[in-house]
Amino acid sequence: MAVRTEPFVLNMGPVHPSTHGVFRMRVTLDGEVVVDIEPIFGYLHRGIEKLAEQRTYTGIIPLTDRLDYISSMSNNFAYCLAVEKLAGIKVPERAEYIRVIIAELQRVAALLIAVGAFLNDCGAFFTPFLYMFRERERIVDLFEMVSGQRLTYNYMRVGGVSQDLPDEFMPALRKFMNMMPRFMAEYDRLLVQNEILIARAKGVGILTGEQAINCSASGPVLRASGVKWDIRKADPYSIYDRFDFAIPTQTTGDCYDRYRQRVEETRQSLHIIRQAMEQIPSGPVRAELPQLIRPPAGEAYAHIEAPKGELGFYLVSDNSIAPYRCHIRPPSLINLTALRDMVRGWKIADLIIIFGSIDITVGEIDR
Amino acid sequence: MKFERYGIGIAKGLTVTIRHLFRHPTVSQYPEQRLNISRRFRGNELVWNKEKCTGCGTCAKTCPQGAIEIVTSTDMTENKYVVDKYQVDTGYCINCGLCIESCPYEALYFSHAFECARYRRSELVQSKDDMLETPERKVSGYFYPDKANKLPEQTLLVEKVTEKR
Ligand code: SF4
Ligand code: SF4
Repeated sequence: MAVRTEPFVLNMGPVHPSTHGVFRMRVTLDGEVVVDIEPIFGYLHRGIEKLAEQRTYTGIIPLTDRLDYISSMSNNFAYCLAVEKLAGIKVPERAEYIRVIIAELQRVAALLIAVGAFLNDCGAFFTPFLYMFRERERIVDLFEMVSGQRLTYNYMRVGGVSQDLPDEFMPALRKFMNMMPRFMAEYDRLLVQNEILIARAKGVGILTGEQAINCSASGPVLRASGVKWDIRKADPYSIYDRFDFAIPTQTTGDCYDRYRQRVEETRQSLHIIRQAMEQIPSGPVRAELPQLIRPPAGEAYAHIEAPKGELGFYLVSDNSIAPYRCHIRPPSLINLTALRDMVRGWKIADLIIIFGSIDITVGEIDR
Repeated sequence: MKFERYGIGIAKGLTVTIRHLFRHPTVSQYPEQRLNISRRFRGNELVWNKEKCTGCGTCAKTCPQGAIEIVTSTDMTENKYVVDKYQVDTGYCINCGLCIESCPYEALYFSHAFECARYRRSELVQSKDDMLETPERKVSGYFYPDKANKLPEQTLLVEKVTEKR
């Protein structure tokens, strides 16, 4: 005889160890099975889009650092591309290469955190997370060397980067690149065959390719569902058309695939960095621009493949020193809309894993 | 889900973990062991050069936080600006470094010090005299490569671990 149960509403967050920041979900449960969820945003709202309307074009760059604080360099990159498109600024060759190297390093760092946090949610409490943090630390060391800070880098500028790479950078990067494949192999040894991980993540939270496209998911979440879409190839920005790299995809779109997808993407990023290191020319790193940039009236949208997906900046200029409107398309927010499709019918313990496998940063969702 | 040989994956993972026991630790004990920070460190406070500053105010205009306050007066006999007040509220400052990049007379730098905790909010506001360069408040090499080369090299985890493994 089936026991009749009443739906039960559970409030998860805003301060919950596995909601990755201040994020709240209202979960409707039937026993232990998730019937429906309703995400509630806004606990980290700082009004960045509105603040941007009062700042100069250069002064917005430190704000973009604070969007997705795990991958600040990518945010800088996307914003600078948008302003350059708006004002028709040409970036020197060396600066383009520096940007690509830095952005790909940032992708490796952000994906390491994503994988580590996901495994953390799976119950591998902080052991793999700390291994991955150690490798991220090496990257952050490099970023500290070029930009002087460890989280809010504020390194890229409209028309280039703020300063040239220091002399010590290239040898240190080479050393890092030699070590990294060994660490990647170590993670695989640690995790790929792990029965607990497979039992908990394989087949859990499946997002089909069709569903992913319908909610306009992007980045690793989309590609894990088997859709081959990467803005670096689909709409090449900067100098990505010069590099040879593959777009890895997975087939089923479950949590395990999303984890594998991130690992594979890290490999491709390292491949791009290796090519860029060989090709990088010398020369200036910053275009000659006036102190206050005054783009002609008009609008521009620039998007990049950030570690979490498509990050876009939409700027409207009215020929003054501050944008008339700045809109940000954050990948985390859009990817999060796929959550409801993924969790329906799974247990509450799986909800944590599925949520972790999307890899969100609340700073970007609330802005 | 069925596993042919249950436990192989976990045993493999554990060998990785056990091997870490014999590695050189990657953490350092902070107050006793100090690592060198970046030569371009964007630290807590600004260093201001009294002789070089002309009081043009570019830094205050560039600052996205409005943390810099400058009051100048004109000295008619020498025909130049006199900086009466130069004040930075480090509580508002986000250490973005835009003021340093914009200064046309190379009069503003970051300091290379990082232990700048204060007990009161009012102490965060730094006036002209607090901002001068002293032996304790060295100048950081942010935006000034020639100054950066004089500072000790940054300790990198990459190097620390490869040497001693
Ligand atoms: S570092 Fe940035 S926030 Fe601080 S005073 Fe300079 S411009 Fe203003
Ligand atoms: S920009 Fe430089 S010279 Fe001008 S007021 Fe600021 S510190 Fe002085």
